Amino acid sequence: MSVAAIETEQLRKVFGDRAAVIGLTLQVAQGEVFGFLGPNGAGKTTSMKMLLGLVSPTSGRASLLGAPIGDRATLARVGFLPEHFRFQEWLTASEFLDLHGELLGMEKHALKARRDELLERVGLSTFRSKLLRTFSKGMLQRIGLAQALLNHPALVFLDEPTSGLDPVGRRLVRDVIYELREEGTCVFLNSHLLSEIEVTCDRVAFIRHGEVVRILDLASLDQNQSVVTIRAAGLTPEMISGMGRWGENIQPNGEHVTLTVHNEAHVAEINRYLVAQGADVFAITPVRKSLEDIFIETVGKDGGL
Amino acid sequence: MKKIWVVARMTFREAIRRRIVLTGLILGILFLIVFSIGFRMISAAILAEASEQDSALTRIWQNESSNFLLLAGLYAVAFLSVAMGALLSADTLAGEISSGTIQTILAKPLRRSDVVLGKWLGFAGLLGLYSLLMAGGTVLSVFLLSGYTPPNLLTGLSLIYLEALLVMTLSLACSSAMPALATGATVFGLYGLAFIGGWIEQIGAIFRNQTAVQVGIVTSLFIPTEALWRRATFEMQSPLANALQMTPFSTLSVPSALMIIYAVIYLVIALVAAIHTFQHRDI
Repeated sequence: MSVAAIETEQLRKVFGDRAAVIGLTLQVAQGEVFGFLGPNGAGKTTSMKMLLGLVSPTSGRASLLGAPIGDRATLARVGFLPEHFRFQEWLTASEFLDLHGELLGMEKHALKARRDELLERVGLSTFRSKLLRTFSKGMLQRIGLAQALLNHPALVFLDEPTSGLDPVGRRLVRDVIYELREEGTCVFLNSHLLSEIEVTCDRVAFIRHGEVVRILDLASLDQNQSVVTIRAAGLTPEMISGMGRWGENIQPNGEHVTLTVHNEAHVAEINRYLVAQGADVFAITPVRKSLEDIFIETVGKDGGL
Repeated sequence: MKKIWVVARMTFREAIRRRIVLTGLILGILFLIVFSIGFRMISAAILAEASEQDSALTRIWQNESSNFLLLAGLYAVAFLSVAMGALLSADTLAGEISSGTIQTILAKPLRRSDVVLGKWLGFAGLLGLYSLLMAGGTVLSVFLLSGYTPPNLLTGLSLIYLEALLVMTLSLACSSAMPALATGATVFGLYGLAFIGGWIEQIGAIFRNQTAVQVGIVTSLFIPTEALWRRATFEMQSPLANALQMTPFSTLSVPSALMIIYAVIYLVIALVAAIHTFQHRDI
C-alpha cells in the first residue's frame, strides 16, 4: 500500500485566544481529488497553510507524501496556489514562472520546456512577455495555477482556485483538475463553490470550527439517488398505497408524489402500474440531493458562526 | 546556497523594475552636479581671498578647504546611504507577508533563512553600488576640480558603507517582525538617538565632561551609526584640522576600534535576529 498523500492527526492551531483549527484528523490518498468544504472562518486556509509549513501547528501531527510537514525535499513535489493570489507584479509572466521554477530547484532546460507548455495550457502564451502588473484578476489566477504545476507535483493544494474567474476560466480550472486526476496527482481543493466541488472531487470533508464533521464519498452519493417525484393526474388513494409495494416514505402532494425506491427497475414497474390503473403519468424525476443540501444539513444554516 | 542567490537576484531585479535604481541614479547625479558647482564656487572664493598671501600658505588653505567641503559632501552622502538602506528593506518582509507574495515562495523547497540572506545580499549589493556612486562621485569630483584626495580614503568609505549596511540590516530585522511604518519609526528613532548622543559626546569632550562623553558612548551602543561616521571623518580629515579641532567634523572623542568591532557584531546579531524572527513567524 502506498503512503497517504496527506495524513493529519489532531492538528491544532491557536492564534492568541482563538482556536482556528481545533483538531483536524484526515487522510487523503494519493491520486485522489479531495474537496475541503466549510463556511468562512472554518479554518480551511489555516489548515492548508499548516500542511505547507507556512503556519506552525500548536499541536498535533501531519505528514505529506509520507514525510513530516516542513520537509523541504517533499515540498519539491508539492504545488500550491494560495487564495487571493498575489505575485511579483514587476515580473513578466515567463520570468515569474522561471523564478518559481528556480526556487523549486528545476533544471534549466526542463524548466524552460515546462514553462512554455504551461503558458500554453493556461492560455497565456501571447502574454508571456507582459508584466504581471498589467494582468487582470483572471489572468493572474491562471498564471498562479501554472506556477503550482511547474514541478509536475504529486500533490497540489488549490485554495479557492476559481474565485475571480469568469466561466471560461472556471472551466479551465476544472479541466486542469481532471487532467491532474488522470495523471495520478492528488488535488486538495478548498472551495466555496459547491457545484465545482461536486463535479471534480472524489471525496469531500466538511469542516466546521476547524474540525472535520463529515467525510462524504461523492461517488456513493450518486448511487444512492433513489428518491423520485412522480407527477400524474387522476391519482387515487388506492393507487398511492398500492405503490407501497415498490417504495416507501410516500408523500402525496396534489399531482405530485415523492417516494423512495429500493431499485431503479421499480421505477418502471410503478409507471406500468399507474398507467394500468388509469392515471395519466406526465413525469417521473429522480430527486438529487445536492451537495448544497448536504452542506447546509451538515454545517447548519448559521454557517457555523 | 543556490536558492540564496536566486532570491538575491530577484531582489536586485525588483529594485531595477520598480525604478528604485533609476531614481537613485538620476538624483545621485543631480547631487553630484550641485556638489561640484558648489565646490568650485567656494574654492574659487577662498583662493581669491588667499591670493594676496604667500603661495605656501595658499596651498595649505586650498587643501584645508577642499578637505572641509569634501567631508561636508560625504556627510550628506552618509545620511542618504543610511536613508536608502532603511527604505530598501523596511517594507520587504513585512510588505510581502501582508500582500501574500511570500506565500508561494515559502511553499517552495528552501529555507526561510535563504530568503532573508538572499534579500540581505541583494540590498547589500544595491547599497554598495549606491554608496560607490555617491561617495566615489563626491571624492572624484573634488579630485578633478582641485587635485585633492583625503587621507585613509578606503577606510573612510568602508566605514560609511558599514554604517548604511548596519541600518539596512536593522531595518530588515524589524521588518521581519513589524509593519513598514513601525520599522521606519524604530530605525530612524534609534538613528536620531545616536546622532544627538554623538553631539553630546563631542561637546562634552570640549568641556572635558566625562558624563556627557559616556552618554554618547551609551547611545552608540543602541546603534553605532554616529560612531562609525565619527570614525570615518577622523580617518579622512586632514591632520591639521584634526589637530586644531575646530571644524564640525573634528572629532575630540574618537570612537575606538572596539566600537567598529562592536558595529560588525551588532550587524551580525541583527541579521541572525531577522532570520530567527522570520523562521518562527506564521505567514
